[in-house]
Amino acid sequence: MTPHGRRPRTGAATASPAGPKAASGAAPRPASAAPPRAGTHVSRRGPLPGGAGETYDVVVVGAGVVGCAIARALARYPLRVALVEAADDVGEGSSKANTAILHTGFDASPGTLEAGLVRAGHRLLTGYAAEAGIPVEPVGALLVAWDETQRAALPGLAAKAARNGHHATRIIDAAELRRREPHLGPGALGALAVPGESLVCPWSTTLAYATQAVRSGVRLLLGCRVTGIAPRPGAPHRLTTTRGPLTARFLVNACGLHADRFDALLGVRDFAVTPRRGQLLVYDKPARSLVRHILLPVPGPLGKGVLVAPTVYGNVLLGPTAEDLDDRAATGTTADGLAGLRERGARIVPALLDEEVTAAYAGLRAATGREDYRCAARPDRRYVTVGGIRSTGLSASLALAEHVLGLLAECGLRTGPERPLAPVRMPNLGEAFPRPYRDAAAIARDPAFGTVVCPCEHVTLGEVRAALASDLPPAGLGGLRRRTRAGAGRCQGGHCRPALRALSEEYGKGAGTR
Amino acid sequence: MNPRPEQDRAARSVDVLVIGAGPAGLAAAARLAAAGAGRVEVLEREPEAGGAPLFCARPGFGADPRGRALDGPGYARRAVRAAVRAGAVVRTGVTVTGWAGPLTLETTAPTGLAAVGARAVVLATGARERSRPARLLPGSRAPGVLTTGELQRTVTLFGARPEHIGRRAVVAGGDPVAGHAVRLLRRAGVAVAAVVCEGPRAAAGPAGLPADVPVLAGAVVTELAGRGRLDGVTVRDRDGRTRTVRCDTLVLAGDWIPEHELVRAGGLPLAPGGRGPLVDAALRTGVPGVFAAGGLLRGGEPAARAAAEGRAVADAVLARLDGRDPGPARGLPVVAGGAVHRVHPGLLGPEPAPLVLWAARPLVRPVLSVGQDGRILRRARLGTGLVPWRPLRLGPGWTQDPDPGGGPVVVRAEDGGDGTG
Repeated sequence: MTPHGRRPRTGAATASPAGPKAASGAAPRPASAAPPRAGTHVSRRGPLPGGAGETYDVVVVGAGVVGCAIARALARYPLRVALVEAADDVGEGSSKANTAILHTGFDASPGTLEAGLVRAGHRLLTGYAAEAGIPVEPVGALLVAWDETQRAALPGLAAKAARNGHHATRIIDAAELRRREPHLGPGALGALAVPGESLVCPWSTTLAYATQAVRSGVRLLLGCRVTGIAPRPGAPHRLTTTRGPLTARFLVNACGLHADRFDALLGVRDFAVTPRRGQLLVYDKPARSLVRHILLPVPGPLGKGVLVAPTVYGNVLLGPTAEDLDDRAATGTTADGLAGLRERGARIVPALLDEEVTAAYAGLRAATGREDYRCAARPDRRYVTVGGIRSTGLSASLALAEHVLGLLAECGLRTGPERPLAPVRMPNLGEAFPRPYRDAAAIARDPAFGTVVCPCEHVTLGEVRAALASDLPPAGLGGLRRRTRAGAGRCQGGHCRPALRALSEEYGKGAGTR
Repeated sequence: MNPRPEQDRAARSVDVLVIGAGPAGLAAAARLAAAGAGRVEVLEREPEAGGAPLFCARPGFGADPRGRALDGPGYARRAVRAAVRAGAVVRTGVTVTGWAGPLTLETTAPTGLAAVGARAVVLATGARERSRPARLLPGSRAPGVLTTGELQRTVTLFGARPEHIGRRAVVAGGDPVAGHAVRLLRRAGVAVAAVVCEGPRAAAGPAGLPADVPVLAGAVVTELAGRGRLDGVTVRDRDGRTRTVRCDTLVLAGDWIPEHELVRAGGLPLAPGGRGPLVDAALRTGVPGVFAAGGLLRGGEPAARAAAEGRAVADAVLARLDGRDPGPARGLPVVAGGAVHRVHPGLLGPEPAPLVLWAARPLVRPVLSVGQDGRILRRARLGTGLVPWRPLRLGPGWTQDPDPGGGPVVVRAEDGGDGTG
């Protein structure tokens, strides 16, 4: 199982999105391996590139935040890697509907895999975000105690945080709490302050990983559902997919909500996924001044409760609910769920309820009945499962990817020498950082950055065009919204959607199958 | 007012800055420019000036001087021409993004960033219909749900074709725009499965609805269903019974919310019960030199009414410019009581003026009263029912004799039954 060599790219080549072309030299390759060229790294439909049964060193199945992070980690090595995804875009499952928080891991169960990976992931992603232009705001969290039982629990939570390596938490009294959060509802008795808990843009993170992976040679195969795996003891896996067959020397299951079903394709039955739905409400930007920290509930016998948190986009989130379901596609909201959230929110920040709701959504977390991740290497099958990533996958993603490299090594993967990844710089979607509509220089260079197409979110024509022309363009208006915020504001696209649709169609025609 | 020092922002000043080139803003600009208010500039974020009528390709916008009926775009073009001929400057594609000072606004345009100062600012940013999540409408988030406004824009941009809208629609809401939505859908070849509107049929049916459209009166849409695309809505009637109406499109009509971003960003006092700015009868806001007119104060309304208010606000602006009455808003507060949800204006001064009120729920035979400090100033049974989406106008006679040193004036509506009003 010797990894075949591919010449590491030169720095000059990696600095450009068109870089991979420069790699097509005389380096020895396996017979099947024509080097992917820029523009062909992402494919959404039709027969798979490379012909039937194309062989990859590693196939990562599932392009959520975790799968994309794993693909990006693998892209550092001279390996042929495919990232395979059933949906038509990255981050279409749990990764697109979460609380958008970069956790420190202070409240994880000490000693678990999750505790270690969230803690390491927080550090790694904080650094990566700065480098890649992903907005992060380290506003810190306050675990607010609303009764004596909760207040009595705070020292224990501080001690748990310390066992998780977080020594900077501090218990504050009601007076200090009120100074730090003047709009908090009456009756708060105190709080545990947790510095380091941060707001992050989850979509930019997933996209940055995927873009960097793709620019560094990973093939992203979208709209490609794996339907079967032929048992071939000792030989590479033969996968049948909705877009044709492909072959994998090593296989990674990063299927999130569907991880147990993918395991079953290989006859592995370790755990069952129970989708746990979380409904959330997003409040309009005037609400942002009401909330300064991530306001977390004190976990108790009645469950984890709901949080109130700002977002990097300048909104305020209220949620999530926690409902165990059977249906892995039940991402609708319910009247009871939304009413319950409003009831809780009215206690935490009463003035929040007077603001307009801009969005209501629901995400599904992949609960497996154990308060830890379910990661396993199966050297006999050259197969790694990354399961049970319930709600901290975004925070842990970069550390999880490194962990998976270790598991693949246990399975026998030899990666070859490390090389630099193609750089990535994401367009900023965060209100705390400069955005094009306020950037005189950007507008001077291209007046399209002075044409606001989505007035609610101040998204410019220049940003929309850039997203449509990017290495990983959106498949539809939902993907465009996650890339630019266009249509994500208070009118939910009522104003700009027709124009955005026209722009997308114009680009779709011009850009062929991309 | 949230000043943000920024470099590279071109500073300039005008006499009057009007934000929004819809019927109200254009009418205000036309009158101000004609009255010699100096440099009057209208900023419009859309590529074309005219406001909401631009997307209403139907008659109902009055007539030109030769008596030819005008449609929305025709009305809009005439309004723009009138403002420009009077000497106002109308700038399109300019988005106002915030305040740089009490009477200075930040703008973004293809030509760059600017900070535009003025001696008076008129906010005429209009209103929009609430979206699915803003209405807390639960269920599927599948595509196929749009407001009347988006429906009109879609048809304007793509033509009236079902492939851009759907095949079978439900229209929710009793607002007059629900009737426009029904006709637009039919013109696009989309079947209208039902119009769902709260309130009794007599009071609720949107005016001018085609006779053959099924109306589910006294009912509300409570949940959406469908994966990949909307495939039905749950409708609950007054008795709590539910049924499913199959459709691939839901048009949300009415339920207006002011486009109040600048009001909030500027810290202007808000009108109680609504989300527009608090104004007095002269349309002055709580900040001296800042005025407001049109849909921003009341939601969707006929263009002619918004334009009339644009002309009215011009008079108040002129009073400020020549130093007669610089503002800010003043007068006794007017508040809603009983089944009244909201009253406009929020302050009674400086002159007696008509009141506009909105009901919180449908009332068949309401009794209306105006009182102060527990004293009834005037009380009468109305000859007509009240519904939430149809504002009621009261003449200035209703509010002529409050005690200027007393408490807030309360406008109240109650179910009248058959008592003596």
